[in-house]
Amino acid sequence: MALLSVRNLTTSFATDQGLIRAVNGVSFTLEPGEVLGLVGESGSGKSVTALSIMRLVREPPAKVEAELLDFEGTDLLRAAPRALRDIRGSGIAMVFQDPMRSLNPVLSIGRQLAEPLIRHLRMEAAAARRRAIELLEMVGIPMAEKRLGSYPHQFSGGMRQRVMIAIALSCNPRLLIADEATTALDVTIQAQIVELVRTLTKNLGTAVIWISHDLGLVAGLCDRVNVMYAGRIVETGPVREVFYRPAHGYTIGLIGCTPRVDRVGTPLKPINGLPPNLMDEAPLCPFLPRCDVAVPACHQTMPVLRSLPGGHSAVCLADLTSHHRGAH
Amino acid sequence: MAAILTNDTGKAARDEILTLRFASGARLASRQFLRNLPATSGLVVLALLCLAAIAAPLISPFDPIQIKLSAKLQPPSWAHLLGTDHFGRDVLSRLLYGARVSLSIGLMVVAFSTSFGVPIGMTAGFMRGNVDNVLMRLMDAFLTFPPLLLAVAIVGLLGPDLRNVMAAIGVVQVPVLARIVRASTLSAREETYVMAARALGASPLRIATRHILRNILSPIMVQLTIGFSAAIIAEASLSFLGLGTQPPNPSWGRDLAEARRYMADAPWLFLAPTATIMLAVLSINFVGDGLRDALDPRSWRTRARVASAKG
Repeated sequence: MALLSVRNLTTSFATDQGLIRAVNGVSFTLEPGEVLGLVGESGSGKSVTALSIMRLVREPPAKVEAELLDFEGTDLLRAAPRALRDIRGSGIAMVFQDPMRSLNPVLSIGRQLAEPLIRHLRMEAAAARRRAIELLEMVGIPMAEKRLGSYPHQFSGGMRQRVMIAIALSCNPRLLIADEATTALDVTIQAQIVELVRTLTKNLGTAVIWISHDLGLVAGLCDRVNVMYAGRIVETGPVREVFYRPAHGYTIGLIGCTPRVDRVGTPLKPINGLPPNLMDEAPLCPFLPRCDVAVPACHQTMPVLRSLPGGHSAVCLADLTSHHRGAH
Repeated sequence: MAAILTNDTGKAARDEILTLRFASGARLASRQFLRNLPATSGLVVLALLCLAAIAAPLISPFDPIQIKLSAKLQPPSWAHLLGTDHFGRDVLSRLLYGARVSLSIGLMVVAFSTSFGVPIGMTAGFMRGNVDNVLMRLMDAFLTFPPLLLAVAIVGLLGPDLRNVMAAIGVVQVPVLARIVRASTLSAREETYVMAARALGASPLRIATRHILRNILSPIMVQLTIGFSAAIIAEASLSFLGLGTQPPNPSWGRDLAEARRYMADAPWLFLAPTATIMLAVLSINFVGDGLRDALDPRSWRTRARVASAKG
């Protein structure tokens, strides 16, 4: 039984100019303990997908629709606000991009750690305190006991993100959504945080949706990956399949513009052009204007999701086997 | 305390220490406030003024309304420390009794405008949409009246009673405060930590009180200290128009208004209430600033940080 099932999720924003479909028919399932990557450039709908799942997009102006949005048997679309609040933090937790701003500056670290424990696990103050110390130790903050009385501004970005992770994991959620959780950090800290999340979630059996535009990160971390473009999933499959045998022009483009140590000297290949206007309902592949591998058929029909060997599928008409590196 | 914690204390003792430390936020804030010299002195002055107001009947050398024309317009002397006014009334005694009116006006008006302005502004800013529109248009309607005229109209309607004066001045201040609170709420609710709190299952009420209100206290504090001073002045204006404190009863503003006619001949007459009003306003401003800083951990000074690390 899947932990999270999303079928045909569509999130649209009503604006003065018209309806913007930030997420347009996204479907996927997530098994318990699975690590899923969600990649794509800015504005491709990764974050809105995550926020829609948690029902955190403000409605109105947004509108979240889906054929199915099920978390552990709860219909997130029709759940009462109270039931949703019970799930947030204890069933699904989220870590945000900017650790400098995601902690409340006027509350002590200890209080912010204790809050969800008291809210979801009905802990007494003293028990919450003890647990808060354990949590801080768990995410590798030294002198955890003394740190409880500290305030966010006394912590560095990396430490704050550790605290955010501690808070997110405090109530043993089954799903952790990390929305660009390392983007705002130094590379060295990034590696630490990634490793921390990886080991912790593995030990706790937490499923993770890792949202990032860093392909290398997703490749090293995830079991499966969804590539998003213009609010849709254009390619999905096991990480190795998608990266070694990309089956969508956009994925090829993304891989082409990622710097690689083993190809020093070869220039990076940017994806030309800009993401499409999400207001226009395109009759053709939304990536077509920027696509390097388009075939004549692309100008005639809208591609549909096509299954490929190895649990891999893509919304692309071109045959891309010639682009696959290392035919080993 | 750090030493105790590292030792192997029993579970109960440990719990007690941990519980103690739960209150440390408020303790650190008050410690920070007391370390702030202007704030502490402001608090002391304010306390003394309040004490003087309460104890006025006991410590006043003369009856504040007893007319004694033979002793009129006397400069400060040992008998009349601050001189006498044009009816021969002791200025010091009038100041002491006047403090009762002026201070209670200031405090009550602040309490009044806070208890309406803050909830209205927060509700509007937090709920947005129609609620926001209705509340803010209502506040705009109040703002269209010239403030003093509105107060005059209210007091004129209800009669010149101290409680009505407080309500009238308070009503004038509510929309100003509500607008400021709304604007601050609007920006605070977009902060990532509010989204993070929502992602942890916090209810709207909890987000409003714990996350938003705590973060917009600074502008509220500043506005309240301004409101306190404005209320004392407004009471003076109303008294001047015959709608505030009724003669012969004293209030700082009323005495100041009367003293204006003798400015050249008897400067002590207006200097005394002016200095007192200034003292009160200044100290409330210092207290407000101190509170603002004490409530914001980011402005705590290094010594407090070390202290917080050591508990």
